[in-house]
Amino acid sequence: MSASAATGYKASRTMPIWAEVRRQASRRRTQLALGFMVLLPVIILLAFEFDTDRRDDDGGGGGGAFSSLADLATSGGLNFTLFCLAVSSSFLLVVVVALCFGDTVASEASWGSLRYLLAIPVPRARLLGVKLIVAAGYSLVALFLLAGTGMLLGTIRYGWGPLGSSIAAEIPPGEGVLRLLGILAYFAVTLLVVAGLAFLLSVLTDAALGAVGGAVLLWILSSILDQIEALGTIRNALPSHYNDAWMGLLSTPIQTEDLAKGAISAVVYATIFWSVAFYRFTRKDVTS
Amino acid sequence: MSALSAGLRRMLPRPTRRRALSGAVALLIIAGAAVWAVRPERDPWTAEDLRLTVRSGPADDEQLDLDARFYLPRDSSGKVPAVLLAHGFGGTKQSVRDEAEKLAEQGYAVLTWTARGFGRSGGQIHLDHPDYEVKDAQRLVDWLATRPEVATDAAGDPKVGVVGGSYGGALALLLAGQDQRVDAIVPSITWNDLGRAFLPQSADTTVTGVFKKAWAGMFFGNGAATGESAVTNLTGGGEEAPGPGGAGTGGGPETTNPACGRFSEAICAAYLQMATAGTPDEATLALLAQSSPAAVLDKIKAPTLLVQGAVDSLFPLSEADANARGIAATGTPVKVAWFTGGHDGGTGPTTDSDRIEYLTVQWLNHYLKGDGDAPGDDFTWSRVAGYSATDRGLVTNGYSAGAYPGLGGTGSTEVTLTGEAQQIANPPNGNPGAISSLPGLTSRLSSLLSGGVAADVPGQNASFPSAAITGAIEAGGAPTVRLRVASPTGEATVFVKLYDVDQNGASTLSAGLVAPVRLTGLPATIDQAQPVTVTLPAIVRRIEAGHTLKVVVATSDQAYLTPAAPAVYTVAVDPVLTLPTLAGTRIADAGTIWWWVLAGVVGAILLGLALILLIRHLRQRRRESTVTEEYADTPLAVFGLRKAYGDGFVAVQEISFTVQRGQVVGLLGPNGAGKTTTLRVLMGLTQPTKGEIYVFGHRLVPGAPILSRVGALVEGPGFLPHLSGYENLRAYWRATGRPWEDARFDEALEIAGLGDSVHRRTRKYSHGMRQRLAIAQAMLGLPELLVLDEPTDGLDPPQIAEMRRVLQRYATDGRAVLVSSHLLAEVEQTCTHAVVVNKGRIVASGPVGDIVGDSPSVQVDVTDVPSATRVLEELGVTTLGTEGTSGLIVDTNGTPRSEVVASLVGAGIGVERLVPRRRLEDAFLALVGDNSRGSGDR
Repeated sequence: MSASAATGYKASRTMPIWAEVRRQASRRRTQLALGFMVLLPVIILLAFEFDTDRRDDDGGGGGGAFSSLADLATSGGLNFTLFCLAVSSSFLLVVVVALCFGDTVASEASWGSLRYLLAIPVPRARLLGVKLIVAAGYSLVALFLLAGTGMLLGTIRYGWGPLGSSIAAEIPPGEGVLRLLGILAYFAVTLLVVAGLAFLLSVLTDAALGAVGGAVLLWILSSILDQIEALGTIRNALPSHYNDAWMGLLSTPIQTEDLAKGAISAVVYATIFWSVAFYRFTRKDVTS
Repeated sequence: MSALSAGLRRMLPRPTRRRALSGAVALLIIAGAAVWAVRPERDPWTAEDLRLTVRSGPADDEQLDLDARFYLPRDSSGKVPAVLLAHGFGGTKQSVRDEAEKLAEQGYAVLTWTARGFGRSGGQIHLDHPDYEVKDAQRLVDWLATRPEVATDAAGDPKVGVVGGSYGGALALLLAGQDQRVDAIVPSITWNDLGRAFLPQSADTTVTGVFKKAWAGMFFGNGAATGESAVTNLTGGGEEAPGPGGAGTGGGPETTNPACGRFSEAICAAYLQMATAGTPDEATLALLAQSSPAAVLDKIKAPTLLVQGAVDSLFPLSEADANARGIAATGTPVKVAWFTGGHDGGTGPTTDSDRIEYLTVQWLNHYLKGDGDAPGDDFTWSRVAGYSATDRGLVTNGYSAGAYPGLGGTGSTEVTLTGEAQQIANPPNGNPGAISSLPGLTSRLSSLLSGGVAADVPGQNASFPSAAITGAIEAGGAPTVRLRVASPTGEATVFVKLYDVDQNGASTLSAGLVAPVRLTGLPATIDQAQPVTVTLPAIVRRIEAGHTLKVVVATSDQAYLTPAAPAVYTVAVDPVLTLPTLAGTRIADAGTIWWWVLAGVVGAILLGLALILLIRHLRQRRRESTVTEEYADTPLAVFGLRKAYGDGFVAVQEISFTVQRGQVVGLLGPNGAGKTTTLRVLMGLTQPTKGEIYVFGHRLVPGAPILSRVGALVEGPGFLPHLSGYENLRAYWRATGRPWEDARFDEALEIAGLGDSVHRRTRKYSHGMRQRLAIAQAMLGLPELLVLDEPTDGLDPPQIAEMRRVLQRYATDGRAVLVSSHLLAEVEQTCTHAVVVNKGRIVASGPVGDIVGDSPSVQVDVTDVPSATRVLEELGVTTLGTEGTSGLIVDTNGTPRSEVVASLVGAGIGVERLVPRRRLEDAFLALVGDNSRGSGDR
């Protein structure tokens, strides 16, 4: 007589990924974040269109390889995409990823819906797992939306051409696409740190903004510390130290050492943060 | 003060034992890491500063002191081989300090010294003269042989290698040629023929070359200088000014000659002659030849590792090439390595310096220590791959090929040049002059390799471009072109350069290298000019597809001395440029290791994850399968539940009760009695400290599947504010993963009774609407046990009445309801059973009828309380307390109520009201009386 669960209930069937996708999709901030990913290339494109005397201020060269990326941005669709990615990598993408991961659990807690999900019961680890996968999915969608829109707009406006950089020779378009995908993948990997941190904070606090803001804040702090050369080799351990390693993908042959180190750093940090998040969440008293 | 500390205490978590323990552990780890990071490292070597007196000169009778330092590995047992480590021009023993320490760390006794004429050593500079600098070094070898720590081959013959760069590299070669006791040498960025280095001639003619005035001047100025100069910067030394003892010992009055500085008379005279005339006389040539390893190469028997830089306009790759061929000709093992650096390029990127360091140690280990296999004669080089993304420095890739191919490369390709004969003007006194390299500024490595420095003067150069290259060329070696020059004077000095021009027209003179050509006996017209083959300096460069190559013939170069008289030459280049190429296998650098590390890390993480999942799976299966038969049909059984929080606060002391099928049980208690905590534990939101809960016989733990048979409203509603009520219910049910038809949406919506509002966003809902929606949500799927926390909160009276009916109806069909409330009336009217809780304990429980039944106490409102008390006492009725100004609560002790009223009225006291009190109320009041204030939310 005593069934261990209600008919039709199966722990592994609770909180289907699709349900969580819909939960998040209906939210205004998800729509805004994704919308901005489309909007940014448009804004950049318009800025380039209005800027007529850009060629004149080349001489400064203060930005090094970066300023040359800006100079090359209008040379073709691939370079425009690269520029869009480069300008958003240090902050915009960080915020979007922090939003996807930091908001997901904390907002449920602040609405009070978290306890009802747990009372269904959605096993806690499963809840976190599904939230993690869906947040990762949205982050990837954001990344690809940005790159895709940049590619589309850039190609329409500036044409299809090789991927140029001041670091090395031009890369033919076919391979250039692969390199861009590689850069996207590397961005995705480095952003794992932000994802991990935001997710952990999301589990620890009921304030969604606190989780998102905290993750971004710590990320910026790490970037600032990375600028201080006096710290020496300690900087190698900073999560944002290898952020620029994607530039290695622009040279021929590809410089992979820093990419690998950056990936290791990001994977290790993310694993630590996520592990702590899972450990904490599966044991904590949900009081919200 | 106390308020402040209380505030602080509230803000900071209370120091429980567990917290204190974990905090202490964390502190210990951090402190340990900090200590480990800053601990003073004990050097694995010891060093001793010495002044060694040597006798050298043609007759071994000139005595002078050399400033030296002797390093010994600290933990060596027995004798160790020695290394003589020589510094570059303008340096001192300090310049090679890092290298010496590294070698000492590898287990070598390292002797560094300041060469004569520099720093605190005495004597004058003789440019590695066999009778002076080389003999000095021989005396040092003698000295090493006397040291007890140094291993020897025979008496007076130590096991010794010689390592040095530039000036020190030539010394290594010359010493090995002069003294057979030397067992291995590693000369780097050094010369083969000093005359050719300073008077390079790139055409295949015997005419003396063009004077390399910039470098020569820099060296001469440096030797004459007493302080720091550009070249000392280059070699990394020069911190020491010559000490008084050093200058006095062997220097003599010559050091006071301002024209010569610490150069010996002969060198000084040779420089002055050469720099003035532009062509050397016999004496100068003889002097330069004496200081050149070229003459002694056939005598070198010590295995030689030659390291040469590709960014070196002073001693280009061709110098090492000549050394390599000369030494190898006698069968001595020779290995060649190129790196991206040199006198113009510095030590190069880390990957290069690491490779050179590795090769050096490998070489010495084998030939001095006998460790490891013989290093083969494979050839390694590096090529710039781009900028480092992290530190903006250059990044190079290392390559290796089976054997040293020389400057002709492992293959070659021909590039077709275009361009007619052109006229170019030689500027008077070489001014204005073209720029190719900037001697002495090593920091320009990146600009030398990616354009920026080189500049040609219009009118002074002829250009012979190629078409765009179809496939990338891995150039490596000395390109050749055939050049024809006509000059009205019969002589011409020109510079042939090879530019790499990208699609945007930006041209790069690879490494800033030019081929100086001085031709004599030229015809006046180009038709009669005979072609000469010009071998350009060897380069290592990838020329990308789509780039063009451009051969430029220029008349001037600021680094060289050109004819003072103006002239106009006609130059033409044969349309074929022969470009050697280098093919090799990429040296697996540290990057590859890191990818393996990454794979390992990811693998370990995945393995760990799989393991955790497996363990969880096994544990869950075991947990799910256990049923306690005794309670299999009891919706809820709670035993000895206790919940203490981490800060020591005990919300629930001990609570036990059961809810049977068909019951509506009220959990009654004042605010803070522990009701909500109990329900939280029931919903698996909170871990109990102690106690067991069974739902239909299944042990309830957080997330237990049995919770799916429980519907709940705990601590108010929780909805997604941006969805409508209907969507919220659907989203909730979707999250359960159960079939739609099980949800019974219509029934739930009916209970909610929201009408059309169900399609509005819940953000806009009133408190009561949310509450009703939450109850509907709890009833979705009609769970067998319904747990509702303060369900009537926010509802208006008709709704409360409706809710009562709903709950009572719900508990039929074998279902059960648990309702928590702090309102007595609600429990009384709704529930079949009640559990009264206070301060985390159960004070009463049972059927409401039992509890609510009449009690012996009544409340009497009278006009005169004191008199009434007295009257009642006489009647044997005990007064329990007062209620308001006129109310008395009394225990009738069996006296009929009518009698009580009659007595009071009889005594002349007006009775306003008489209310029978119920047991529950009594109990409740007694509890709540002193408790309802200040109790926190539990």
